[in-house]
Amino acid sequence: MSGLTTKYVLKRIGMFILTVWLGATIIFIVPRLVPGDPVQAMIGRMITEGVNVENADVIISTYRERFGLNDHILIQYVKYLYNAVTFNSGYSLAFFPSRVDDMVARSLPWTLGLLFLSLILSFVIGNLVGALLAWRPTPKVLKLLLPISLTFTSIPAYMVGIMLLFVFSFTLDWFPFAGNYARDVSLGWNWAFIWSVIKHGFLPAMSIILVSMGRWALGMRGMMITTDGEDYMILAEAAGLRPFRIFWRYGVRNAILPQITAFGVALGALAGGSVLVEVIFTYPGVGHLLYQAILNSDYTLIQGIVFYVILGVSLAVLILDLTYPLIDPRISLERS
Amino acid sequence: VTEQTTTKKNSKNRSPKSPWLNFKLLLGLGVLIMAISIEYLAPFFWDTDMAKVGSAPTNMVPGWIEADKELGFKDPSAEHPLGTESNGRDMLALVLVATPRSLKVGLIAASIGILVGTVLGFATGFLGGWLDNVVRVLTDAWMTIPGLAVLIVIASYIEELNLQAMALVIALFSWPGPTRVIRAQVLSMRERGYVQMSRLAGAGVLEIMFLEMMPNLLPYLAATFTGGVSGAILAATGLEILGLGPTRLPTLGMTISNALRSSAILRGMWWWWGFPIIMLIIIFISLFLMTIGLDEIANPRLRGAR
Repeated sequence: MSGLTTKYVLKRIGMFILTVWLGATIIFIVPRLVPGDPVQAMIGRMITEGVNVENADVIISTYRERFGLNDHILIQYVKYLYNAVTFNSGYSLAFFPSRVDDMVARSLPWTLGLLFLSLILSFVIGNLVGALLAWRPTPKVLKLLLPISLTFTSIPAYMVGIMLLFVFSFTLDWFPFAGNYARDVSLGWNWAFIWSVIKHGFLPAMSIILVSMGRWALGMRGMMITTDGEDYMILAEAAGLRPFRIFWRYGVRNAILPQITAFGVALGALAGGSVLVEVIFTYPGVGHLLYQAILNSDYTLIQGIVFYVILGVSLAVLILDLTYPLIDPRISLERS
Repeated sequence: VTEQTTTKKNSKNRSPKSPWLNFKLLLGLGVLIMAISIEYLAPFFWDTDMAKVGSAPTNMVPGWIEADKELGFKDPSAEHPLGTESNGRDMLALVLVATPRSLKVGLIAASIGILVGTVLGFATGFLGGWLDNVVRVLTDAWMTIPGLAVLIVIASYIEELNLQAMALVIALFSWPGPTRVIRAQVLSMRERGYVQMSRLAGAGVLEIMFLEMMPNLLPYLAATFTGGVSGAILAATGLEILGLGPTRLPTLGMTISNALRSSAILRGMWWWWGFPIIMLIIIFISLFLMTIGLDEIANPRLRGAR
């Protein structure tokens, strides 16, 4: 733990708190800057969707009372922050009396499993591809083949998801269309269940992996080229070390460091993209829950979920930041 | 991302022509100019009013395939070469109307982002001090916030989001990237020889900023801009797919959203979501090519990388 100084840890935790506070404040303030309020918007949406709303005035005033929208804005803000800190997101409007926190907790494992696995896999594969692209002894054939894996880079994950769904579920019928596991298997650690989960999660995971892989490969290639010019590489070569060892311990080991920083920065965007992937595949994670909330104009649920998404991403970045000095001991030099 | 490039050009082949005559940049730019001009050219050769609901027969397959009558599809006709969807919209008209519109959202949002980013990046990188610290920390924190999630909250509160409003909302998250890149560039340029020289020669702050630094910043600005347009379109289509975009006028994301809600994938109506996706992919790849091209202009050293 030599790299972890108190100052560094405090700085990172401060950054974490700032990020969560900032995110929570934006989702509190900006909706209140636009004309109208959530209740009116909700009623308006119901009317445009053809729902017959009687006594709209009464409904609006009751809801205003329940939302606490009649209080002074500062009191609302303090209440809001207090609820956020105590993890109390209240009740869902559309699925009353379900609590928002419980609903999120129920769908969270699926999202975490899907995201964690696919992000790690894409990071590992992408960096390996990038490193091999920049490494001289890599066979020519491989160097020509590898860039093909990068074609998906600029395409959003959900689009790849739609295409995968069409090809592998609709046309070839290899994978199921929706859900997280088949309804006829029993929950638990048995092979039928695990196999079913893998089969259902494969396409969603593939669509995230395919699009995020290229970004790591491109970055890694650039870093490897820079590393290649360093003196210690030439020295290692002159010392007669095996090429594989030079590649792995001298090249990749050093080039990977900025990639980990980039991983932290990209995490927010990747989490956002996976919301849409879950919608496309009707994968019952947090993203799909958010979609249901939007369809039902369930404002407490939307706000609750988004707060947890912000919290989750910031927490992941914090963990990444705190493990970083263990991988890159140079951080400890900050002490002096 | 600007530091990274992907050419395989050998340094021997480098000709002394202007670096701005970059093939990838020009190709991407050409395609995008074409996509934007569709808005003005399309009415001359196609009836774009057919993008409205109920202006064409429903569920018609594209011109070159056979209709599966069991699934309720109609035989193709020359009037609707790309087929029609379930609400009676002509797919060709829909794509022609929606493409420039989707591109516009991205252009507006990214323009705001780059403007704010340039001002903040210049001010903080050049002047430094406490303002620099505040903006830097704020930018770092803002970048960690998952933008799409926050945009979803905002968009869901707004009753009827029009194109401009959506671009404005998206711009909330398109400034931190440019701010960071430009600040870093200004910081490194400030200490370079030519800036020091002009400072010694008695040039004012504004003169150094606009006459000395700005020309060198241009490729970075442009690369950040194209990246920003791509990100903004991604966010816009994301919101639209969740049903939170403008509902009156068709955009590419809204068309895909309609297709998904009508389970077009399960019904095998690939042309409904396929054509908008192809257009978006063309836009994204063009922007990606431009970003790579501009990176090569900005980092000549990486141009000759092995």
